[in-house]
Amino acid sequence: MQGLPPGMTRRRLLAALAGTAAAQYVSAFGLEASPLSYTLKPQQLAKGVWYVAGAQEAISRDNGGAIANTVVLDSKAGAIVVDTGPSLRYGQQLATLARDLTNKDIARVYVTHFHPDHMFGNQAFRPDTLASSTGVIDGIKSMGSAFADAMYYAAGDWMRGTEPVMPGTILGTEPEDFGDRIIRPLHMTGHTAADLALFDEVSGVLIAGDLVFLDRAPTTPHADIARWRNTLAALGGISHGLLIPGHGPAEPGARGIAQTRQWLETIETQIIEAFDKGLDVAETTALALPAWTEKIALARYEYERSVMHLYAKLEASRWPRVDVR
Amino acid sequence: MRRPVMSICLALLGPGMAAAAEPALDPLNSPVWPSIRSKYLSGGPVVFDDRVKVSVPSIVENQAQVPITADARNLPGVKKLVIVADLNPIQHILTLTPAKASAYISFRMKVEQGTPVRAAAQTEDGVWHVGGTYLSAAGGGCSAPALARGEARWSATVGQAQGKVWRQPDGSARVRLRVRHPMDTGLARNNTPAYFIESLQMSGSSRDPLATLELFEPVSEDPTVTLMLRLPATDASVDVEGRDNNGGIYKSSLPVAPQS
Ligand SMILES: [Zn+2]
Repeated sequence: MQGLPPGMTRRRLLAALAGTAAAQYVSAFGLEASPLSYTLKPQQLAKGVWYVAGAQEAISRDNGGAIANTVVLDSKAGAIVVDTGPSLRYGQQLATLARDLTNKDIARVYVTHFHPDHMFGNQAFRPDTLASSTGVIDGIKSMGSAFADAMYYAAGDWMRGTEPVMPGTILGTEPEDFGDRIIRPLHMTGHTAADLALFDEVSGVLIAGDLVFLDRAPTTPHADIARWRNTLAALGGISHGLLIPGHGPAEPGARGIAQTRQWLETIETQIIEAFDKGLDVAETTALALPAWTEKIALARYEYERSVMHLYAKLEASRWPRVDVR
Repeated sequence: MRRPVMSICLALLGPGMAAAAEPALDPLNSPVWPSIRSKYLSGGPVVFDDRVKVSVPSIVENQAQVPITADARNLPGVKKLVIVADLNPIQHILTLTPAKASAYISFRMKVEQGTPVRAAAQTEDGVWHVGGTYLSAAGGGCSAPALARGEARWSATVGQAQGKVWRQPDGSARVRLRVRHPMDTGLARNNTPAYFIESLQMSGSSRDPLATLELFEPVSEDPTVTLMLRLPATDASVDVEGRDNNGGIYKSSLPVAPQS
């Protein structure tokens, strides 16, 4: 809201502090001198298909924001990367990993949506290889800077040097042919206003971005839950092989689609019922979740966030006008 | 890691500053507690009391809209409930005078850093009973600070109100009310002057106030409050009168089923 000097974003403030006497107090902000490095452990899922599993955690200075899955596919035309991770440093490490795994240069980098844990590694890739929809690009344009501030705050020095970068290639609806892979972009909506899923028509691999979470509670800060549920029904109708979610384990089958739908239904119903009884945010947050969610990582944390996201919309849409004119 | 700002403030002030001469040690160990106490809690002794509870979210999803609940219903005879945030640029958030209402309020506030949030309930004997908790303001991952307000013409919507009343099993009336207002603090970079709702008064048919809220600049845009009123069983509405610091008057009337 207020308080920071004019033109001073949180990340500029941190940079300015680093050279002053205040620096000694700033280690709490994570501005340590030692260079930070991610441990990217690729897991091979099939021939020429790897993913780096994100931590099933919230963004923190411990994990450097590496909480989302990133994917590397081999193709005749070169390496194909899906999502770039939370920071410049992660992007650089992922680019090296993709080249090492495939022994090829990077032909294409898809960005599934504008959330910071999926796109702040963009800077490490050639802009023309970066591809997404206009909706995703518009999202990065309008929110990128604010996301950067939030990420510097949450992940600290892991973010050093990171700036938002817009993909340089706009995807239509036609598939892209990489020789032995034909990747169809699926323009969808629900988790955010513009979600890109990717389907390899040759191998049947479906890369869902954050439209699908598995064994990790879905996040809703920019969600339209009704649309999301429709989109999940559409995804469920695609006959796919491996399903790689945005967060959580990759596996064959549709468990992630079903679980994401069940989660959204569960929390939306619970939150709306509580809202309609007149409960406030704290009271609704305190309600118990059904037992099945105990196996879902970050269930209470994401439920609490979703209460806050939904309440503002419900107050604006479900209460009658009462002002006297 | 969960309290970066707090620990820095303590470090800068050095050891030995914390409340050496206070009758009771601040459980939140805040360096500014002594000044909060003398500025906002005058006219009676101060005790820390677990019966006064403050709930804050475990994660700040939107720094411009942080939900806060203060609940002193377990403490009999509360005549005033004051909410303060030690490390806010404007520390006094609101005061509830629950003439015929529960000592309970929920609302949302703006924060820019982690801070203790306290509720001080003054009972009829003049004693201030203080409870509180630490609000950690770390961001929420997939979230971001609130976008600048997009609405070009506030004048068209200011004062619009939405809300509802629920009769509770004990006959009381639970009111949830939202009033559109920018609640500008006057501290923003673009020199927008302070412009905020400074009072909301709720009454029933007798016109005597059931609850009065004095609001300050840190209350979030479009103030949204929850209160529990001892509304007479035969009353069919809750009437609200709000006033802002520019003299704007905002009236609402919320229908409620009479108690059967
Ligand atoms: Zn996301």
